[in-house]
Amino acid sequence: MKAFLILEDGHVFEGTSIGSTREVISEIVFNTSMTGYLEVLTDPSYAGQAVCMTYPLIGNYGICYEDMESKRPWPDGYIVRELSRIPSNFRSQGTIQEFLTKYDIPGIAGIDTRSLTKLLREKGTMNGMITTNENYNIDEIIPKLKEYSVTGVVMATTCKETGHLAGDGFKVALMDLGAKNNIARSLNERGCDVTIYPADTKAETILATNPDGIMLSNGPGDPKECTGIIEEIKKLYDSNVPMFAICLGHQLTALATGADTHKMKYGHRGGNHPVKDLKSGKVYISSQNHGYVVDENTINPDIAEVAFINVNDKTVEGLRYKNGNVFTVQFHPEACPGPKDSGLLFDEFITMMESRRK
Amino acid sequence: MPRDNSIKKVLVIGSGPIVIGQAAEFDYAGTQACRSLKEEGIEVVLVNSNPATIMTDKDIADKVYIEPLTAKVLEQLIIKEKPDSVLPTLGGQAGLNLGMELAESGFLEKQGVRLIGTTAETIKKAEDRLEFKNTMEKIGEPVAPSLVVENVEDGIAFTNKIGYPVVLRPAYTLGGSGGGIAHNLQELTDILENGLRLSRVGQVLVERCIAGWKEIEYEVMRDSAGNCITVCNMENIDPVGVHTGDSIVVAPSQTLGDKEYQMLRTSALNIISELNITGGCNVQYALNPESFEYCVIEVNPRVSRSSALASKATGYPIAKVAAKIAIGYTLDEIKNAITGKTYASFEPMLDYCVVKIPRLPFDKFITAKRTLTTQMKATGEVMSICTNFEGGLMKAIRSLEQHVESLRDYDFTGLDDEQLDEQLGKVDDRRIWVIAEALRRGFSYEKIHDITKIDNWFIDKLAIITEMEHALETEELTEELLKEAKRIEFPDTFIAKLTGKTADEIKALRKQYNITAGFKMVDTCAAEFEATTPYYYSTYGVDNEVIETHPEKKVLVLGSGPIRIGQGIEFDYCSVHSTWAFKNAGYETIIINNNPETVSTDFDIADKLYFEPLTPEDVENIVDIEKPDGAVVQFGGQTAIKLTEALMKMGVPILGTKAEDVDAAEDRELFDAILEQCQIPRPAGHTVFTTEQAQKAAHELGYPVLVRPSYVLGGQGMQIATSDEEIAEFMEIINRIAQDHPILVDKYLVGKEIEVDAICDGENILIPGIMEHIERAGVHSGDSISVYPAQSLTQKTIDTIEEYTRRLAMALHVKGMINIQFIVCNEEVYVIEVNPRSSRTVPYISKVTGIPIVKLATRAIIGEKITDMGYKPGLQPKADYIAIKMPVFSFEKLRGAEISLGPEMKSTGECLGIAKTFEEALYKAFIGAGVNLPRHKKMIITVNDADKKDAISIGRRFEALGYEVYATRSTAKVLQENGVHAIRVNKLNQEAPTVIDLILEHKIDVVVDTPTQGRDKTRDGFLIRRYAIETGVNCFTSLDTVNALLTSLESTAKDELTLIDIATVG
Repeated sequence: MKAFLILEDGHVFEGTSIGSTREVISEIVFNTSMTGYLEVLTDPSYAGQAVCMTYPLIGNYGICYEDMESKRPWPDGYIVRELSRIPSNFRSQGTIQEFLTKYDIPGIAGIDTRSLTKLLREKGTMNGMITTNENYNIDEIIPKLKEYSVTGVVMATTCKETGHLAGDGFKVALMDLGAKNNIARSLNERGCDVTIYPADTKAETILATNPDGIMLSNGPGDPKECTGIIEEIKKLYDSNVPMFAICLGHQLTALATGADTHKMKYGHRGGNHPVKDLKSGKVYISSQNHGYVVDENTINPDIAEVAFINVNDKTVEGLRYKNGNVFTVQFHPEACPGPKDSGLLFDEFITMMESRRK
Repeated sequence: MPRDNSIKKVLVIGSGPIVIGQAAEFDYAGTQACRSLKEEGIEVVLVNSNPATIMTDKDIADKVYIEPLTAKVLEQLIIKEKPDSVLPTLGGQAGLNLGMELAESGFLEKQGVRLIGTTAETIKKAEDRLEFKNTMEKIGEPVAPSLVVENVEDGIAFTNKIGYPVVLRPAYTLGGSGGGIAHNLQELTDILENGLRLSRVGQVLVERCIAGWKEIEYEVMRDSAGNCITVCNMENIDPVGVHTGDSIVVAPSQTLGDKEYQMLRTSALNIISELNITGGCNVQYALNPESFEYCVIEVNPRVSRSSALASKATGYPIAKVAAKIAIGYTLDEIKNAITGKTYASFEPMLDYCVVKIPRLPFDKFITAKRTLTTQMKATGEVMSICTNFEGGLMKAIRSLEQHVESLRDYDFTGLDDEQLDEQLGKVDDRRIWVIAEALRRGFSYEKIHDITKIDNWFIDKLAIITEMEHALETEELTEELLKEAKRIEFPDTFIAKLTGKTADEIKALRKQYNITAGFKMVDTCAAEFEATTPYYYSTYGVDNEVIETHPEKKVLVLGSGPIRIGQGIEFDYCSVHSTWAFKNAGYETIIINNNPETVSTDFDIADKLYFEPLTPEDVENIVDIEKPDGAVVQFGGQTAIKLTEALMKMGVPILGTKAEDVDAAEDRELFDAILEQCQIPRPAGHTVFTTEQAQKAAHELGYPVLVRPSYVLGGQGMQIATSDEEIAEFMEIINRIAQDHPILVDKYLVGKEIEVDAICDGENILIPGIMEHIERAGVHSGDSISVYPAQSLTQKTIDTIEEYTRRLAMALHVKGMINIQFIVCNEEVYVIEVNPRSSRTVPYISKVTGIPIVKLATRAIIGEKITDMGYKPGLQPKADYIAIKMPVFSFEKLRGAEISLGPEMKSTGECLGIAKTFEEALYKAFIGAGVNLPRHKKMIITVNDADKKDAISIGRRFEALGYEVYATRSTAKVLQENGVHAIRVNKLNQEAPTVIDLILEHKIDVVVDTPTQGRDKTRDGFLIRRYAIETGVNCFTSLDTVNALLTSLESTAKDELTLIDIATVG
């Protein structure tokens, strides 16, 4: 069946429908990872977005459910150049075609994904519609596309109930803002006893459990929309409990402490972004997925300093707070997909909790 | 960390002559590195014995020494030039070994010179089998159970413990020389004995066989601050067991999930960190397809063939970045030259699929074993880029220039199912064609996978191709079907064949449906950042991304495709220089080529690079978009010449010599007419079709005669016949491939062979110099030792040659280059071959005369006159030096190949000897080619009857040098009768010890064996030659070569060599 991707600037791509045939309006973003399509699909940070994979051959190794980064796929739509006819891998449990259908995710294949990526790069992230309706009326659709914005996605993706991963090490409270599984897993692997809280949990509830450390996860959407959560994070910050935050968590902490964020032209999504640790001078290749960034010149030097920058565009990739208990990063040390080079940041968090205990 | 300012003068070691396993990729790497160092204001001294390279040009390095690559020469050079640093990691295994040798002997320390790029400890940790294993164990990286052995007994004992089959890998050899897989005691003993001898340190690794696992490679980089990145990973379609250089390789990996991809990536970074490498490194893995189990196969702590491929596949210039790292920069300080915005400390992301196919030499060595093993056999490779794998494969197949354009061109339809089963089990260069046939017959993926161990994903892709073949044959050619066929890159000619239409009809249909190729950019970042480097590939069903340019003048330079015997790196040298000359003249330059190893496919050589097959259809796609003002075909070898007619049809003017004149030089009748008009004699000859006609012609001319098909490259199929039987044999071989043109039978003249390259501007000619071959006519010019200036010609002959060259250039209306081969026989000059194009000798003669031939030829093509270029027309004065070009062979890599020299070219590369005297130049040339004598002072001579007389003086001269001379029965008799104390040895069928036993004792320096004719592999001579080659003995089949060797051994020049900076010549 034919499918169409209609962009708010009037561009139309014609391809083949994959997955669900329902019509969807979404923010269109691209991801440059060459492997890890399932991890991308199940990353809650893509809620409210349709993701275009720049690597043209997707589905080659099938679907392996244990690689899912959350309980279900989150993108509203999926855009690829070509889906493999057969999956081939010893762990494969199914095809991506079946997976998309199962979760009712509409998608489009067979389009010039590079052309789309260039458009997004040049004009910035745009909204778009994926439809199988051949008789679409572009004049009616475009105003709808312009109107759309990604909202309410944190509450849509966060867990509904508290979860727990038992460990005999530090007690870590993980605030699930739309978390990838591997954050909890990375902590748990290091012995941590991890309690996962829904995003609307009050700071008092968390602090009452007397955790050794607080972890703020990644998550979708515009950080400034999360006003209630920011309030709670402010309280967590003031508690002086060691805190480590990733991606949305990093942005929210910055907002909670007086800095500002802004939307980037087309964001960073992929597994090849170099981030430089300004203290050691070392460069790590990192996994990234964000459309917003902390504004460097709104950071109060008395509160925080830039700890990591992006080597390419020099944007803020991490902050170290002057209270000595908090550090936050924009990128994803938990990887999945992507390089594990910065995984040692979890160790740093452990060290922080250790020194606090002493 | 900014650059280390204590580095001011660097000696860069090149990789020497092109041999199998070490080819043009190191010219690419070295050239990039030298330019990268010079850009930093560092004085670069370059040493490389290979004159055909671009890196040995005086504009690439400040000082250029085309000298033999031996430790002794390098020591002398370091004392002379006093560099502060030596960079050994860009000259392949040869460069690395030399750097290591200089470091280990303490010489570098004594001279206060340091190795940069990597340390001796690092090299040792990566290259020494035992140290490598210990290092891997230390950091918990798995290696297959293995043991380093130094004798056969230990190898057998260990194998008995771990079980057959085992893989054997000699330490410190290139291209896996001497390695292999042993399935039984006999194979184990054979390979082990050979490997121990070939290893520089007498070590061989015996290892658990992991054949059948996925073979995956990572190209990684690290700087002195410890920052690491992976440039690219690659997956071999052929599982472990086939050398990666002989495998079909795809980038990035296709069948690995993120977990596997990251697991191996992390491992590669751990390894490069532990080895403390600063620069580029290649790590090869075997990955169990049924689990996460993996083994590290090998680590190369240097740039390699794979890194050249990775550079071209991603756009990330590994060698350039490696050179910057070597002088102290960190990755985040080095700009990404493609985007100009990002930095070298990031990982390229591909939004396309790259396929590499090796170019194997079995078309030249018809007796060689086609089996692919861990011993590399390919001479070169092609790469293609497409948005899908099937298309990438189809594009790569037609880039091979092996008379293949599809999965139907090796025909296995004649086999029954059982035979096909068996054929599937044979690991050779035609395996994907066999699989395609199996798929057509309905063999299941599982069955094919069980036999070949090739991943089902790839088998399915091959099936998509065979299904499309079937659809085109059986279904109506709708717009949709045609679109789909083009999406997976079926060429029009193949679609035409399958649909029963003509290629022109298919083209018209495409036009009608508006199915045209679009071009996309290779930008390292999957379009995430804007890139300005116009490096393009084509694919169907996309928007065109080519940045439109409208310069005043635009020229298309056609490259020469894969490196193969007969068309080597020389033509890349010519293409690149021509491109630069056009650039200088204000042209916008466009290069089309498909060889990832070359300088020409570096993104900053031409203004635009199209990485595409060199077929008329693919070229036309580019012409349609670029609309060049002209194309130049005379520098890209036969590949480019073959496109002449097609280009003219597209309306692209051919710059330089016109197509009809090129044709006149190749067409026998037209050419005869021209010779007659110019009053130039050629050896008498006839054109024939049948064996009877050939024999009749031979009787008329008198034996010996030269038999060959017309329109051939590199003398393919050419033979000297001395009898009716031989004529019958050769005609049968020639006619195995249907001949469109008559077969030529010419009188074979025994004389001196002379070669001339000249430039003609339409009015005048310029001859940089005359070359004389050491071997008499009959040995292909590419396989002959070539001497400049010619040593034995009278002034009258020289004048005649100059005059004939002028006449021929004028008669053929040459504008640009012409190459002519003459035979001088009894003071009479005959023309035997004329090529109105650039030749193999152009780089060599340019360097030794100091005359920039390609540049001048290009200016002549543009319309300048020789007199305006500052040269006096005619033959130029002789240089002050004697320069000798020595052919280099790779016979030891090709089991079963016939090594005797003849009219068909067999050498893979060349080296230079340049000196003030003939003897010293000759000595340097032999040393450069690896003939380093004397060692054991024993030699064997066995010659055919015709050569017996000449053998006497050879025996005498060896004896005078203190050699023990061994000879087979009849040769020994002649020698003894003439006062040579020859020791008689038995032939193969006589009782032991035979000549073979003598060779296997490893105490023989030289075997001289002149062959009786024929390709019968059971003959004694063939076996003697193969045994000699495979045990590393110098084996010569032309007495002229042996006489030259003796001259060099007898001379005292070798005691003290004078090193010559080529940049000061001319």
